[in-house]
Amino acid sequence: MPLLELRDEGLYCAPGGFYIDPWGPVDRAVITHAHPDRARPGSKSYLTSNDGEALLRMRLGPQAVIQAVAYGESLTLGEARVTAYPAGHMLGSAQIRIEHAGEVWVFSGDYKLASDSTCAGWEPAPCDVFVTEATFGLPIFRWPSAGEVRDSIHAWWRANQQAGRASLLFANPLGKAQRLLALIDSALGPIFVHEEIERVNQIYRARGVQLAGARLGDGEKGWAGALVLAPPEAHASAWAKRFGTASTALASGWMRIRGTRRRRSLDRGFVLSDHADWSGLLSAVEASGAESVWVVSGFRGPMVRWLAEHGRRSISVDTRFGEAEP
Amino acid sequence: MKAFAELYAALDETTKTNAKIAALRAYLEKAQPEDAVWAVHFLIGRRPKRLLESRKLAQWAIEEAAVPDWLFGDCYHAVGDFAETIALLLPPAGTSSELPLHYWVQERLLPLREADDDTRRAWLIEAWRSMDERQRFAWNKLITGEFRVGVSQSLVVRAIAEVSGASPEAVAHQLMGEWQPTPSFWRQLAAAPGSAAESDGGLGRPYPFCLAYPLDGEVENLGDIQEWQMEWKWDGIRAQLIRRGGRTFIWSRGEELMTGRFPELEALGALLPEGIAIDGEVMPWRGDAPLPFAQMQRRIGRKVLGARILAEVPVVLVGFDLLEFESQDVRERPLKWRRAQLEAIAPPESALVLSPLVHAGSWDELRQLRQQSRERHVEGFMLKRLNSAYRVGRRRGDWWKWKIEPYSVDAVLIYAQPGNGRRASLFTDYTFGIWEDGRLVPFAKAYSGLSDEEIRQVDAFVRRNTIETFGPVHHVKPELVFELAFEGIQRSSRHRSGIAVRFPRMARWRHDKRPEDADTIETIRALLP
Ligand SMILES: [Zn+2]
Repeated sequence: MPLLELRDEGLYCAPGGFYIDPWGPVDRAVITHAHPDRARPGSKSYLTSNDGEALLRMRLGPQAVIQAVAYGESLTLGEARVTAYPAGHMLGSAQIRIEHAGEVWVFSGDYKLASDSTCAGWEPAPCDVFVTEATFGLPIFRWPSAGEVRDSIHAWWRANQQAGRASLLFANPLGKAQRLLALIDSALGPIFVHEEIERVNQIYRARGVQLAGARLGDGEKGWAGALVLAPPEAHASAWAKRFGTASTALASGWMRIRGTRRRRSLDRGFVLSDHADWSGLLSAVEASGAESVWVVSGFRGPMVRWLAEHGRRSISVDTRFGEAEP
Repeated sequence: MKAFAELYAALDETTKTNAKIAALRAYLEKAQPEDAVWAVHFLIGRRPKRLLESRKLAQWAIEEAAVPDWLFGDCYHAVGDFAETIALLLPPAGTSSELPLHYWVQERLLPLREADDDTRRAWLIEAWRSMDERQRFAWNKLITGEFRVGVSQSLVVRAIAEVSGASPEAVAHQLMGEWQPTPSFWRQLAAAPGSAAESDGGLGRPYPFCLAYPLDGEVENLGDIQEWQMEWKWDGIRAQLIRRGGRTFIWSRGEELMTGRFPELEALGALLPEGIAIDGEVMPWRGDAPLPFAQMQRRIGRKVLGARILAEVPVVLVGFDLLEFESQDVRERPLKWRRAQLEAIAPPESALVLSPLVHAGSWDELRQLRQQSRERHVEGFMLKRLNSAYRVGRRRGDWWKWKIEPYSVDAVLIYAQPGNGRRASLFTDYTFGIWEDGRLVPFAKAYSGLSDEEIRQVDAFVRRNTIETFGPVHHVKPELVFELAFEGIQRSSRHRSGIAVRFPRMARWRHDKRPEDADTIETIRALLP
C-alpha cells in the first residue's frame, strides 16, 4: 500500500491522515521546513521539528496551531509512526520517516549533505521508498567546498575594501544568509544585515546559533569597506541605492551557471547552495537503500531517467515544491 | 593560458566599463607580444575558420565526462552555452596549465583543423586534463568560436590606446582589415605613436566606420538647419570602397572583404583615382531608384554570381563620404569639404551614385518630406553637421539618424516558449494577440526589446499563469499588454490574423493597460497600405 498519494492539496499519507508540505489548506500538515514553498498558511494544525517551530511560527503567525517534535522522536499519527530526521537544509529542516504495516517511506524535503554549523547535519534514513528533491539534479551542478567559497568571498570583500566600495551580498534570507554569517570571518570588517535577515537571525540566536552581523540602522553612513547581506529582491531596489557604487554578488547554487548570473547583472556569483548537488542527490538515494524513488521537484526528468538506467524504480511526481526558491 | 583565463573571468565578473578596461590593461601590459596579439585577436571577435564539428567536440566531452548523450543534452538545455556545458561537465580538474596562450593556439587549436580525428581527440583530452575549470571554459570558447565576453571592440581599442599612448582612432584603424596575429603586429600596435611603420599588410585596410545615434527629442534641438546636411537613410549594406596600389577593396561594416561579391563595384574602382576611400551603402539599383532589399538578399545568398542575377539585381555604391583623398587621411576635414571632393571625383554614369542631398528651408519642411520615406524605400533621414569631422564609432552630436516612426500597436501576451542558447532556461519568445470578435487571435511574435529584469518578470508570470502547454509552447492567461513596434505591414494569407508585419519588437510593457485595452484587428487593418 502506498504510504503517500498525490491529491489536489498535496502529498497525502492515508494511513496517517496527514499531508506533508501541502500547498492547499488541510486538517493536518507535517512541515519539513519553513521555506515558503513548503510551509503555507491555512491548515488547521501543523507538526514540525523543535528547531523549526519558531521559524514556522514566523511564517504562519501567532494563531497557527503548531506541534513540535524532536529529531529522532517517534509519534503515532493515525495508524502510522512518524519520525523526523535532520535534513541539513536549514535550521529545523527535517526528513519525515513514515512507517506503516512493515513498510518505510522517507520524505526528505530539501536537503544537503555538506556540513553547516547553523543546523543539524543530514542523516541517512534507510527506507523502501525515498521521496527526493532534484533542484540541482544535473551533473553540471558540482559544489565547491564551503572553504573555497568562503575564501573567494573574502577575496572579493577585500578587493572592494581596497577600492573603497561596499560589498553587497544577496542570499536567501532564511537559511543561506545565516550560513554565510557563520562562514564569513567577521574580523575582516563591519557586517550589516537587512532587517528581514535580522528577524530570522534572532530566531537562530534564540536556538543557540552564534551569528555575526549588526542590524542595519537608518542613520548609518560610510558603507565603504562594509559587507551588507540582503535578500535577492533588494537588488536594484530603492533600498540598495544608499550603498552607492557597491559591488554586488549573489550566493546561490544557480551561480554555477554563468548565464544566470549575467542575466541578473551581478558582479559576482558565489556557488553556495543549501541543496544537494548531483552527486549529493545520488549519494542520498544510495544511502537510503530504497527500492524505488519519487522525484518531486527540480530536474525531475533527468534524475528519474538516470536512476532508472541504474536499476532503481523511480517516478516523477508533479508537485508545487521549489516554486519560490531563488 | 593562466593569465588569459583569468582575464576572461575578470571581464566576465564585472558589469563596469572601467573595471573591464583596467583588467585588459593589466593583462596587456604584462603579456608577452606573442600572447597579447592572440588575446586581442579573439577579444575583438575574430575567430579561426571552423576547426571541427561541434558534434565531435560534444562526443569526446561526453566520453571524458562519462555521461550518456541524453544527459549532455539536458545539461546543455539548462546552461544554454556549449563551451560552458562541457567545462561544467568534465571531471573535476586536478591541475592548471602553465603553458602560454600562444602555445595552445598555435600548437593545438589551429592545427585541429588539419588533424585526423584520433589526433584531435587526443589533443582535446590532453588539453582538458591539463587545465583548470576556468581555462577549460576559455579554451572551449576558443574552439567553438563563440568568444564573446561582454567587451566591445571599442573597449579593447581604448585599453590598447592606454597601454601604447596612441589615440584610439589610430589603434582602431590599425585593427581594421586584414592583419596577422604576429608578435611584430602587436609591437607595432603597442608602440608609441609616430614610431609605427605602415606595414605592407595594411594596403587595403579600411577606416573604422562612423555610426549615427538615433535622434532623441525634437529635431529643432539641432539648431539652425543651415548647419546640417540632410540625406535619405538607405537600407543597404554599409561599405567602404578603397582604391590603393592599383587595387580595389570593398569592406563591410563587419570588416568582411566583399570585393569579389560586387563585380560592378570592382569595375567602379578602376575608374577612380589612386588613394581614395569612399563610405557608402551598397544598394540594389535600377535606373535612378533602389530595388527592394529582398532582391539584394537573393543575390547575397549565392556563391556563384551568374550573368542572369547580375542583370536582374545590379548594385551601386550610394556614396556619401570621402575618408581618404590623394592618399591622405582626410577624416578631420569638414564634411562640406569631403562631400565636395567626393562630387568632384565621381565618374559620370557609373556605379557610384552620390547620395542625394535633401534641401529644406526649415525643420518643419523636412518633417513634411519625411512622409515620403516609405514610398522611397528609405528609413528616414541622416542628419550630419556640415562642419563635422568623420569620427570613429558611435558618437553623439554630429551624426543622427532620424528614422520614420515605426508602426505600433498594443497587443496581449498569449503564448510563450523558452529561447535558444543562453536564453534556453527562460521564457523569452512570445506570441501576441489582438482582438477579433471578442477573441484574441495571434498577431505577431517578438523576442527583443525587453530588459533582462523585464524578461525575468515575464518569465515568472508565464510559470505562474500557464493555462495549457503544447510541447515547449505555454498558453498563458491573457493579462500582460505590450506595445509592439514594427517596420512594415502587409496582407498575408499565411497568418491567422491575415496580416504580416516586419521586424516586430516590444517597444514598451504597458503596465497601465488591461488586456481589453489592446488593439483590435480593425484598427490594425487601417494601417495597411
Ligand atoms: Zn527549502
